[in-house]
Amino acid sequence: MSDEKKPDAKTEAALPGPNAEVEKGDTKAAAEHGATTGDNLPAAPGTVPEPVVVGERRGMFGAADVGDTSGYGGLRTPILFPAAAQRPYGGWFDEIADSLERGLVGGDASFGEAVERVVVDRGELTLHVRREHLPTVARVLRDDPALRFEICTGVSGVHYPGEQGRELHAVYHFLSITHGSRRVRVEVSCPDGDAHIPSIVSIYPAADWHERETWDMFGIEFDGHPSLTRILMPDDWPGHPQRKDYPLGGIPVEYKGATIPPPDQRRSYN
Amino acid sequence: MSTTPDTHTPEARENLDIYATSAADTADTEGARVFNAAGGDWDQLSDDATALHEERIVVNMGPQHPSTHGVLRLILELDGETVTEARAGIGYLHTGIEKNMEFRTWTQGVTFCTRMDYVAPLFNEAVYCLAVEKLLGITDQIPQRASVIRVLMMELNRISSHLVALATGGMEMGATTVMTVGFRERERVLAIFEMISGLRMNHAFIRPGGVAQDLPPGAIDKVRDAVPAIRKGLGELELLLNENPILKGRTVDVGYLDLTGCMALGITGPILRSTGLPHDLRKSDPYCGYETYDFEVVTRDSCDAYGRLRIRLDEMYESLKIVEQCVDRLQANPGPVMVEDKKIAWPAQLAIGGDGMGNSLDHIREIMGTSMESLIHHFKLVTEGFRVPPGQAYAAVESPKGELGCHAVSEGGTRPFRAHFRDPSFNNLQATAAMCEGGQVADVIVAVASIDPVMGGVDR
Repeated sequence: MSDEKKPDAKTEAALPGPNAEVEKGDTKAAAEHGATTGDNLPAAPGTVPEPVVVGERRGMFGAADVGDTSGYGGLRTPILFPAAAQRPYGGWFDEIADSLERGLVGGDASFGEAVERVVVDRGELTLHVRREHLPTVARVLRDDPALRFEICTGVSGVHYPGEQGRELHAVYHFLSITHGSRRVRVEVSCPDGDAHIPSIVSIYPAADWHERETWDMFGIEFDGHPSLTRILMPDDWPGHPQRKDYPLGGIPVEYKGATIPPPDQRRSYN
Repeated sequence: MSTTPDTHTPEARENLDIYATSAADTADTEGARVFNAAGGDWDQLSDDATALHEERIVVNMGPQHPSTHGVLRLILELDGETVTEARAGIGYLHTGIEKNMEFRTWTQGVTFCTRMDYVAPLFNEAVYCLAVEKLLGITDQIPQRASVIRVLMMELNRISSHLVALATGGMEMGATTVMTVGFRERERVLAIFEMISGLRMNHAFIRPGGVAQDLPPGAIDKVRDAVPAIRKGLGELELLLNENPILKGRTVDVGYLDLTGCMALGITGPILRSTGLPHDLRKSDPYCGYETYDFEVVTRDSCDAYGRLRIRLDEMYESLKIVEQCVDRLQANPGPVMVEDKKIAWPAQLAIGGDGMGNSLDHIREIMGTSMESLIHHFKLVTEGFRVPPGQAYAAVESPKGELGCHAVSEGGTRPFRAHFRDPSFNNLQATAAMCEGGQVADVIVAVASIDPVMGGVDR
């Protein structure tokens, strides 16, 4: 699924997305390029990547459990995450992609195989990497002189129960001090039934505790981690607390005669 | 109860002694002699240990120990006085802040995350708000004055955090004067915080869109008065510490971690700068307008605990410089402190009424007496909150301990779908083994103090 590599990808689709505003570097050029050649015509179907559906929102006002009497209760809206970006990404993002592409030549996976999607959103570059190729990509990010992401600033898990087959995400943030605090986000996903992601501790020792935390909180097993044990919860704790199917817990509190239910059972408008 | 409790039947689970050592621990310590110190029985313990004729022992230091900076548990394998292996055990202060934030509105999230690193609460608030603002796409709409107040508060907070680092570090080495001087000076900063935000800690003062309120009358004068006093106190600390032979004996070449080690372990903050690398996000990736302030990044190249201590001292002087610049700007430029967009700006204009501090009477008069739409708007914003477009963002600030990052994910709702904090102490504590192994037990304390971990931030 390497849309960005298709030779017929139209340049008019160059604008990464409505929210994309690259703060660093010369992004004006890329934006103008897209605007002037766009000719104000809608792109042909299939040439522009679709936004990613990560879930579904019901009703209009976010009230989940109690009767929505507004008449909008049956509304179903998909939750859309920014679509894949197309070249040029703008600023130094293209440099990163080019260097990564070059660095991966001769390895076990090409750029197209390893990176399933490149997203540019809110001035940030996200590489969606297929999990089996994560260590290869991480090694190139660290070692390539043009990339030099010396520091892995952490791993953050996210649980998207609405995304079938890729429920659990591990989000890595890398920082390059050499190249003036450039940052890149690498996002890896795995299905809930097979929650395995290769560990990058051998490449970035700093990821050790962060991966343990993500295992502890989400139940993602990092294969090859030297000692994948719980880090925040007690060793014998059942379940992984940050998952969306894990309740927050809490007890109702009585105050001046009224009872206040725990936060996850209160009426809410999310 | 047997040593390996049966946990398979529900009854057995119910009768399980939750305070018992886990089965894994029991298996590991089988055949080994276990001593439990209860205090006051040291003579007997040492006699017993000597009788074993075993030099190599494993000591659990913490989680309740006066020298481990809160509930940090250090697992040390000792060969006589030498530490052969050191591991840090954390999680004793895990409060589920990130999970709790998923059940409150975006603005209420500030109230939770400010409690993480409780010694530097304003940095937690700032990084979270920067991430939320990035998600909302309003980063460039934050009023100038709000950014200056944020910088003022953060730099004052950097001073108070560094003072705590020095004070507790000194106390752990037995220097109580360092502690009293450090906490005395910190009190000046906390008094300013109390005047500006109403609270000495857990402020929830920086909100998505700006800050809760403008500075109260007299705050600028108070800061102006405090700066020379703090500078004098810092001078006192310097005279006490810089060339103190006992302190140098304890800290020079202790807790050594060079640049390679820092890079591999992802260490940032004073530890990284003690290797000579001038990496400071305020300079390299400025936020809140830091590029417009005049200050230096302090570095040293000794890679040891003494270098970190001196860096902290010098950084406080730099922070005072920034504070003075902030005060000048605040005095010269009045203006709003919250974003224009009324759909985001939390109504927090407070005033003193007949029954104490509360929402400003003008605001109450408007929503209760004049405009029904204002009342609806107020009610919706406060109970429901604002919606944030779907997506994710990462913001990072230079906290006193290193890079503090916030990864916020929104699914378009009124609450964070996920808020993850990259706490510098959490990451930096990974260096415990590299800093302590091969050294003496007494050096462990100094090395850990030079990391300056705050367990509230580590465990979140």
